[in-house]
Amino acid sequence: MIWRAGGALAVLAILAVFPLAVTNAAVTTIAVDTLIFAAVAVAWNIFSGYSGYVSLGHALFFGGGAYTVGIAGRAWHSTGDAVFALLPLAGAVAAGLAVVTGVFALRVRRHTFVVITIAFFFIAQITASNLTVTGGSSGILAPSPNWDAATFNNPFYYLALALLVAATGASWLIRGSRFGLQLRAIRDDEDRAAGLGVRAMPVKLAAYVISAILTGMAGGLWFYFIGQALPQFAFDPLFDLSVVVMAFFGGLGTISGPLLGALVIEPAQQYLTLQYTNEYLSEILLGVLFLLVLIGLPRGVIPTGAEKIASLRARRTRPAAGAAPPGEAPAGATPGGAAVREAKP
Amino acid sequence: MTALLRVSAVSKAFGGVQALDDCTLEVEEGAVAGLIGPNGSGKTTLFNVMTGYERVDGGEIHLDGRRITNLAPRRVFALGIGRTFQLTRIFPRLTVMENMLIAVPRSGRRHHPLARAGGRADRRRAADLLEFTGLAGHADALADTLSYGQRKLLELSYVLIADPRIVLLDEPAGGVNPTLVHHLADRIRELNAAGRTFLIVEHNMEFVMGLCGHVTVLDSGTVVASGPPQIIRGDPRVLDAYLGTAGEDDDAAGR
Repeated sequence: MIWRAGGALAVLAILAVFPLAVTNAAVTTIAVDTLIFAAVAVAWNIFSGYSGYVSLGHALFFGGGAYTVGIAGRAWHSTGDAVFALLPLAGAVAAGLAVVTGVFALRVRRHTFVVITIAFFFIAQITASNLTVTGGSSGILAPSPNWDAATFNNPFYYLALALLVAATGASWLIRGSRFGLQLRAIRDDEDRAAGLGVRAMPVKLAAYVISAILTGMAGGLWFYFIGQALPQFAFDPLFDLSVVVMAFFGGLGTISGPLLGALVIEPAQQYLTLQYTNEYLSEILLGVLFLLVLIGLPRGVIPTGAEKIASLRARRTRPAAGAAPPGEAPAGATPGGAAVREAKP
Repeated sequence: MTALLRVSAVSKAFGGVQALDDCTLEVEEGAVAGLIGPNGSGKTTLFNVMTGYERVDGGEIHLDGRRITNLAPRRVFALGIGRTFQLTRIFPRLTVMENMLIAVPRSGRRHHPLARAGGRADRRRAADLLEFTGLAGHADALADTLSYGQRKLLELSYVLIADPRIVLLDEPAGGVNPTLVHHLADRIRELNAAGRTFLIVEHNMEFVMGLCGHVTVLDSGTVVASGPPQIIRGDPRVLDAYLGTAGEDDDAAGR
């Protein structure tokens, strides 16, 4: 516990001083982008990682947040630093979108759910390219803040960091709570959880909405940072894929996993895009990485690492763990538990 | 004595298969009742309709006089029917302790959803139950690491934490080694002595006959016999429906 808190504080401290130490704009641009993606990956995990319902449609909330602040800012003639006050509105609209889509999508299980979320996302993209209020295919331009060019990225950096801290805090609170336990029980066996008193639908919907709020706010921030919202980038299938790869890489359903995944994968992706102007290369590599993660590390770096540590620890304290019922081999000696399960007597 | 659980003329068909046909059954408060019958006779289906996992086509189910027919599993559980599954259903990626805390009823004080899962009293109770079933040493292990028999014990333990009035056990001794079967039977006796009611589906005749005060025999979805185990053992209808075919029946393995 102390180790974990210390580790979290150390990471936070490094992230907090990073833009003071590194002033190269090319690097800080990647850093801002990474933090935004990290916040989204953590937010995505609050719903998909804990509940096991993989959403490939979080771009709906991300793009929805981007367009929300774009449209609202244009309508209310917001300029300067005041535009950032619109970010909670992005969260609110994303929450609304989550309620409307969740009520339908969360009625179906796993694989069907994935397909439905993809459908929602395409509907959003097509809608954005065809409405006048969203600017059609030319999108919406963001007002550019007149900040000092040398430290232009810093306010974005700290806003993104604040969002990331909020998302991680929410993830941590939820994971240890009764609500989080119910979500993870739904992931393991939804019908059984319902049979033990878990109200599956409200629990899933609440997680979906919380996840959407954070993703929507990240989308709003991203809009100001990038400077415009275009349908194909605000609602980008690669966005969903990237977020999923990040979470899977680090470890689905863990607090630090998606964060770790984002901190590793997003800079790598951005670097590759910059290094090789052919942007398809980074997309191909993302696809290859996705395959490698799914095949080699299906449970992610954090759970696999934790397991290794736990098994080392168990080996050390073995003699103390002999509290099994009479005649039962200790847990460690029965790796065939799942196989036995299939062997109906 | 009053019937705690009453199944009256329940029918249930899956397509053309009549799984339950005018099935009537009562379980007295404080009893350990057995439910036996050949494979496919409808025992698990009966459990499923009693606990809300399947809807009945006709008939009524009452718990302590209250109608619970076709209520959702969550409601049935809240009213006091806990059950285990034939192929155990634990939560493999949660720790054993976390498994225990899922079914903890909401207590008034820690009502808000972000409260830590399981207050100190709940954890204490969960630990006591794990101690009782013999899983205390595994509290922090992932449930996935438990053996099949231990999973059965865990499922019983996490159901008990909600303090159900009656526990339905679906083949608790199936596929479990003999030592653990004795361990389990002792636990059930102890719980029953403390007032807990049980209804047990089981193929292991030694287990059923030694434990249950009352046995009901189901065949083709209908109750063919019901009574104390000594009588049931010799009932020709039972021998005909169930024990008579024991020679070819793989269920005989448990005898």
